[in-house]
Amino acid sequence: MDELSCKLLVIGAGPGGYACAIRAGQLGIDTIVVEAQKPGGTCLNIGCIPSKALIHAADAYETVACAAEGKSALGISAAKPSLDFARTIAWKDDIVRRLNGGVAGLLKRAGVRSVAGRASFHDGKTVEVRMANGIQLIHAEAIVIATGALPIELPSLPFGGRVISSTEALALAEVPKRLVVVGGGYIGLELGTAFAKFGAAVTVVEAAPRILPQYDGEISEPVARRLRALGVTVLTSAKAKALAAGGAGLEVETGDGGQATLEADNILVTVGRKPATSGFGLELLDLDMDGPFIRIDDRCRTSMRGVFAIGDVTGEPMLAHRAMAQGEMVAEIIAGHRRAWDRVSIPAICFTDPEIVTVGLSPSEASRTGFSIKTDLFPFKANGRALTLDREDGFIRTVARADNHVLLGIQGVGAGIAELSAAFSLALEMGARLEDIAATIHAHPTQSEGFHEAALRSLGHAIHI
Amino acid sequence: MAERVVKLPDVGEGIAEAELVEWQVKVGDLVREDAVLGAVMTDKATVEIPSPAEGRVVWLAGEVGDIIAIGSDFVRLDVDGKGEASTAAAAPAAQTASISAQKTERAARTATEPTVAPTHAAPSLQPRGTQPHRGGERPLAAPAVRLRAREAGIDLRQLHGSGPAGRITHDDLDRYLARGTTAAERYPNDAVTDVKIVGLRRRIAERMSIANTRIPHITYVEEVDVTALEDLRAKLNEQKRADRPRLTLLPFLMRAIVRAVAAQPDLNAHFDDEAGTIHQYAAVHIGIATQTGPGLVVPVVRHAEARDLFDGAAEMIRVTEAARNGTATREELTGSTITITSLGALGGLVTTPIINHPEVAIVGINRIAIRPHWDGTAFIPRKMMNLSSSFDHRVIDGFDAARFVQRIKAQLETPAMIFIDA
Repeated sequence: MDELSCKLLVIGAGPGGYACAIRAGQLGIDTIVVEAQKPGGTCLNIGCIPSKALIHAADAYETVACAAEGKSALGISAAKPSLDFARTIAWKDDIVRRLNGGVAGLLKRAGVRSVAGRASFHDGKTVEVRMANGIQLIHAEAIVIATGALPIELPSLPFGGRVISSTEALALAEVPKRLVVVGGGYIGLELGTAFAKFGAAVTVVEAAPRILPQYDGEISEPVARRLRALGVTVLTSAKAKALAAGGAGLEVETGDGGQATLEADNILVTVGRKPATSGFGLELLDLDMDGPFIRIDDRCRTSMRGVFAIGDVTGEPMLAHRAMAQGEMVAEIIAGHRRAWDRVSIPAICFTDPEIVTVGLSPSEASRTGFSIKTDLFPFKANGRALTLDREDGFIRTVARADNHVLLGIQGVGAGIAELSAAFSLALEMGARLEDIAATIHAHPTQSEGFHEAALRSLGHAIHI
Repeated sequence: MAERVVKLPDVGEGIAEAELVEWQVKVGDLVREDAVLGAVMTDKATVEIPSPAEGRVVWLAGEVGDIIAIGSDFVRLDVDGKGEASTAAAAPAAQTASISAQKTERAARTATEPTVAPTHAAPSLQPRGTQPHRGGERPLAAPAVRLRAREAGIDLRQLHGSGPAGRITHDDLDRYLARGTTAAERYPNDAVTDVKIVGLRRRIAERMSIANTRIPHITYVEEVDVTALEDLRAKLNEQKRADRPRLTLLPFLMRAIVRAVAAQPDLNAHFDDEAGTIHQYAAVHIGIATQTGPGLVVPVVRHAEARDLFDGAAEMIRVTEAARNGTATREELTGSTITITSLGALGGLVTTPIINHPEVAIVGINRIAIRPHWDGTAFIPRKMMNLSSSFDHRVIDGFDAARFVQRIKAQLETPAMIFIDA
């Protein structure tokens, strides 16, 4: 059996793992990263990136389809579009492939050794890697667990056949005629919306009284309205029970206690994700856990010396950019720098239609801190650029402390406003007050003016409302 | 018996160990969750370590003064029946702070009444003397400022930001780094500690009040070149006989005062302002202001006029020692006619001595330092000392005060004059 040794071993080449390894390489740390699949993790291969590709294709298709149906307010008409879905998928796959190669190249350029195989712990300093052509033993001074997360399976609806997870949904051979989405969270709605735009009859089954239950009603409402306009059926307070007899549909218990059978070509189950903590000998280390997650401190250290954990295995929010920031921090800590997690906020985006951006605290979270707060929003109805995009739905909302006007949170809903997340995050990290936003010139005509106006409104002198 | 080990948590930036400075519990004590177990000191701050659980103390890590490694066992608790047999470090600060109120409430509801109650509502790993931050509040600073602070090992909670809403700027950090001040100095602290003024301190307070309210002081400061005196003193100490005391500067000064008041007897006096009478004394009883544990006292070298240099020195040592160890008699602590005050190495540049009422003069000596002296052609290093002397201006005019100090100066600068009757 071959043996390797290194200073840092990273298990998992997802966003957290590869960012950690690249940064470690930059810092001159002898680093090995182990990954069984292609580099990039869930995000790049079966998550953020491929889903964004499909969402973009669906938007493009829907615009033309809308024009073909004579519904274009812009005066554009078109012949009924056709879709070569195999080519759509191939286009998406090509993006993924390019990024796979990009990550592999970046790792190489940073001097990181990549080992392809499945890792499994021997002890806190040693990992065994099962490769295609044998077993590799790796000794490391420090180990970073970056194994990510997996879709949660419903016991009553095991994956297989028509029942699919997000992974399969991103690689379907054709657009299903009837798609049932179980779980009205961000993953289900992003994919459900995309397939609805591709022409599928989509039904969303959500157990909570409304979709996107982790957000407040003000934020989820524009998304719900748009889903209705796209013809998506949303069943709230409804529970998915089991596959219908014959397997051609889903039995659901509706909000009023009744039963219904939803016919479906595919049933997409998106009820959450769970940390990947089994199957690689983690139990041997007997690390302190935090519920299902690995417990970490503010330096991503686990309860075992020299063993770190980053990304989705360490808890919510399970977001790639959090994992990347953790990974870079851990590399710097291992290099001997003084670092600790001190980020004010981790932005979160739903690529629904319209998009949702949340940064920092929601109004109710902010209230719970004990400060008295002021919260105000500016609707895109009053924003010139939004009107010229034919998308006046949504708003930008600011949450600030009433006493010193320091921003605690910023939320936005609107078409294409994901890009505004940078402005929001920067404001929070820099400790901006409402006056800072008010005194910053925001270019006209852009949707970003909504941020400016929300701050002005909170200060009592909005111009455009 | 379920045992819970409380480990010494990481109390600061990049430190491996901390000095144990205080135990607030002893073996056998029942402690509540969040009660302070003890305190450790790093080079930056003293940090209290709260108990993560309720239980009985069965083991302590060591004695006050011991150095304890971060992460090693700090206290072991018997948490019998509490079902928490696991080993756990005390909770990280943020978590402790956010959930401690709830925990304290829960602890208060338990039936058994532990003997050690929490000393404050929300103990956390914050250094003493910093303001507690409210839940969800953290220092307002840009990421680059936070990074610089982290690399310099500075906890931004110790700084006050000068920016809007208290935002900590690069300039604030620069100022803090330049000054290297501690948390306690930088944070406003509204604590008020009431100390009852009793015993000696009350007596000092009363006498100082009387002296300062009744006597209009005039303070006169003069510079004295003590180079020759210091040379003489060094020689005398070098050739010292076994039965003689080591000489400090004070015996010389006592001799000089004796000779000066012989020429100006109105300075060796008590002023009875109620009777409107000045009592001039033939005897020179010299009070020696002396710092003792409980406070300032003034033992007296009686009849300095009848003592030679060594006799005076021996008597001064005897009475000041007696005052320091509390064996001085009433006789030895009263009756001075003129007083000398000296803070030795702490003597400073100038003082404004308060007269020992009802005397009319007090002579203060300041620190000796080598200073450049212009001798007409060049600067030469000389041992210089200031005399800061106060006089009762009701009965001593400035002119007489000045003349008195000049007499002393002349003798100290030419020590032979102390011994020769010119």
